[in-house]
Parts: sequence; C-alpha cells; structure tokens
Amino acid sequence: MEISSNLPALLQSVGFFSVTPGMIIMWGIALLLTYLAIAKQYEPLLLLPIGFGILLANLPLTGLMEVNEGLLWRFYHYGIQWEIIPPLIFLGLGAMTDFGPLLSRPSLIFLGAGAQAGVYVTFFIAQYFGFSLEEAATIGIIGGADGPTTIFLAAKLAPQLLGTVAVAAYSYMALVPIIQPPVMKLLTSKEERMIRMKKSRKVSKLEKLVFPIVSVVLIILLIPASAPLMAMFMLGNLIRESEVVERLKNAAQNELMNIVTIFLGVPIGATMNAESFLQASAIFIFLLGLMAFVVSTATGVLLAKLMNLFLEDKINPLLGAAGVSAVPMAARVVHKVGAEADKKNYLLMFAMGPNVAGVIGTVIAAGTFLTILR
Amino acid sequence: MTEEILSPLAGNVWKINVKEGDQIEEDDEIIILEAMKMETPIYAPSDGKIKSLSVKEGDSVEEDAVLAILE
Repeated sequence: MEISSNLPALLQSVGFFSVTPGMIIMWGIALLLTYLAIAKQYEPLLLLPIGFGILLANLPLTGLMEVNEGLLWRFYHYGIQWEIIPPLIFLGLGAMTDFGPLLSRPSLIFLGAGAQAGVYVTFFIAQYFGFSLEEAATIGIIGGADGPTTIFLAAKLAPQLLGTVAVAAYSYMALVPIIQPPVMKLLTSKEERMIRMKKSRKVSKLEKLVFPIVSVVLIILLIPASAPLMAMFMLGNLIRESEVVERLKNAAQNELMNIVTIFLGVPIGATMNAESFLQASAIFIFLLGLMAFVVSTATGVLLAKLMNLFLEDKINPLLGAAGVSAVPMAARVVHKVGAEADKKNYLLMFAMGPNVAGVIGTVIAAGTFLTILR
Repeated sequence: MTEEILSPLAGNVWKINVKEGDQIEEDDEIIILEAMKMETPIYAPSDGKIKSLSVKEGDSVEEDAVLAILE
C-alpha cells in the first residue's frame, strides 16, 4: 500500500526517466573524447579525464556539480576557481623545463613572443562577432596553445566558457602535427627550410640558476597579474636547476603533477553540461580557436623571416612555428618539417628555445588580459 | 683516415643499426637517438667502415658526444 502510492515518486528518483536528448548528445561527445584519448592518444592525460567528467556531468539527478554539495563541484571550486591547480601544473612544468636552448640563443625569445599574435588577433575578431571582452580574451588565449594558462584565464574571466575553451585548446594541441605543417610550408621555401642553425653556445650552470630568479622578478614587476603562474613556473625551474633538492624536483615533475592532472581534467569535463555547451557559440569558439592557432604559427614563421633580414647567422624560419607553446609538440613538428627538406638537419633542440619562450609569452598575454579586463 | 660521428643533439641512444666492422654508405641510418620522446635517426656522413662504436643502446649522450668512429 505504502509502496504503491509512492511508486511515481520512486520512479522519478530513478535517473533513467530524467535523461534529456541534450544529455545523450553530450554522452556522445564524452565518448568521442575518451575514444580519441585512448585509441588515438590525443592528449590522453587531459582528454581522458575530461571526457569522463563530461559523461558524469550529464547523468541526471547526481548532484555532482551541485553548488556547495557535489563532489565534482568541490574539485572545481577548490581546485580551479581557487586558482590552485593551474599554478601547481606550472610548478611541474617549471621542474621539467630546460631553458638551456633559450639561453644559448636569447634572440629566439622574440619568436616566442611573435607567435602570440594569434591570441591578440583572435581577441579582436571574437569581439567583432559579439563576444564580450572577457569571453574574447578567453577564446584568444587558445592560440597560445597552453592548457593550464587557458584554464587559469577562463576561470577568472569567463567561467561559462571554461569547458569549451579547455577542450578546444587540448584538442588543437593534439592536432598540432596536422595544423601547423601546411602553414609552415606555405610560408617558407625549401631553401629556407633547409637552413642549418649555427651551433649553439654552451650555457653555464650559473646562467641557468640566475634565469628563473631574474625572469620571475622582471616579469612579475612588468605584469603583476601573471604572478600566480609565473611564480610557480620559476620556482619549479629553480628547484630543477639548483640540483640540491632532487626529491622536490621529482615530486613536482611526477607525483604532484599527476595528482593535480587528475583533479584538473575531471571537473573541467564536468562543467560541460548540455545546456551550457550545446550552443551555436561553441562551434564558433572552436573555429576561432583554430584560427588563433593558425595565425600564431604564421606570425611566428614570418617574424623569423623578418629577423633573418637583419641577422648574420640566419635562423631557420620554421623555428617561428615553435613559438606556440605546445611543449614539446610544436618543437617536434619543426624538427620533422625541417627533416623533410634536409634529413640531416636537426632542429629539435633549437626549436625548444622559442617553444619554452612561447610558454612565458602566453602567460604574459594572459596576465595582460587580466590587467586590462579586471 | 678516421672520422668521428658526433651526436647532433642531446638524447638517449635508442637503437644501433650497425656493428663494428660493418661497411656503410653515406646516408645510411646508423643510430637512432631518442630526444623529447621522438626518434631521431643519425645518418652516416660518408661511405666507410665502422671502426668502433662509442655508445651502446640505452646510453644518454650530450650534444657533440662521439657516437662512432668511421674509417
């Protein structure tokens, strides 16, 4: 008697009856990302947890993203909104980054800056198409090809776009080997691609030790809003280069990095519910993000060609494409495209210079947006 | 006349395709290095015979390290 009168209520509490068509579409997207992560190994460290997070967020009645209540909401709130996880990722990146290739040829830092042009160009174009300033900045930063920076900026400026821009950024990073080469080949001649770089200068230990300290001071004084990311990045790097705290270096590179990566991906996926993601603007954001990538690659290459007009030791203009900060994918792409033109041309380590400079460039771009827009 | 084959970049020796005494031709892939999780083949600079190998698989090498000596 009791049970039968409560049956409708009981049925309502079963999730099956609350599934909406939008949720089912999102399951498809979740499975697609998970498939790409597993079968194609597209950025699996991020796309796997993001894909699963999307699936979880689109199961009805779970309360997982319930404000103040849900498990995934707590991950999101304390990890991302509180700005803890992206800086911790940067700590790990700092501990992994060797600035040697950059220090051995400091002029290559310009390429890391030049390849940020896509960020700013896309910022203006997105505004033209009706996105708010905050949203436009968040979309533009996709062109920096730096996941944690994109997430950091999105959480501050346009949290409603966080999931979309994060997925766009990580997808395009996975597609760097497909997106970049046609642009690079279009803008260079075979002779230019065959340019061999002059041997790099040996970098002393002292230089490597001084670099994180000097650059953290200079960059934070210049753009204080970049401090959370820059501080952790350079702390990680100092830990690495000091060579006296091997345990901290290993923890930052491995255990800590792995733990925060798990807590980064799942809640980002969980922000992508059907209502917020299934909008025409999402497609637009993907297109604009792609454009940002292409423009950044192109300006990097063109800037390298411009520099060659003044330099005695010519640089291979392909290096400009490594200025987008997808580390080390963009550098690998440079190496491969260079090796296609001349198989005995080893550009990899040279390309790491602009590549790591690109990371700094993207953080500066994000800091600039924060300063202007907040 | 001998010629040193130097490593063009820092990395790990992934695979060695030749052994001492082998006759090789210019542009043969003699060693494959692994750097930044990418395989990078090292090609023979000229025709010759491998006089000695200075590295073994799994070794980590610096830039300009001698990989092999050709004669």
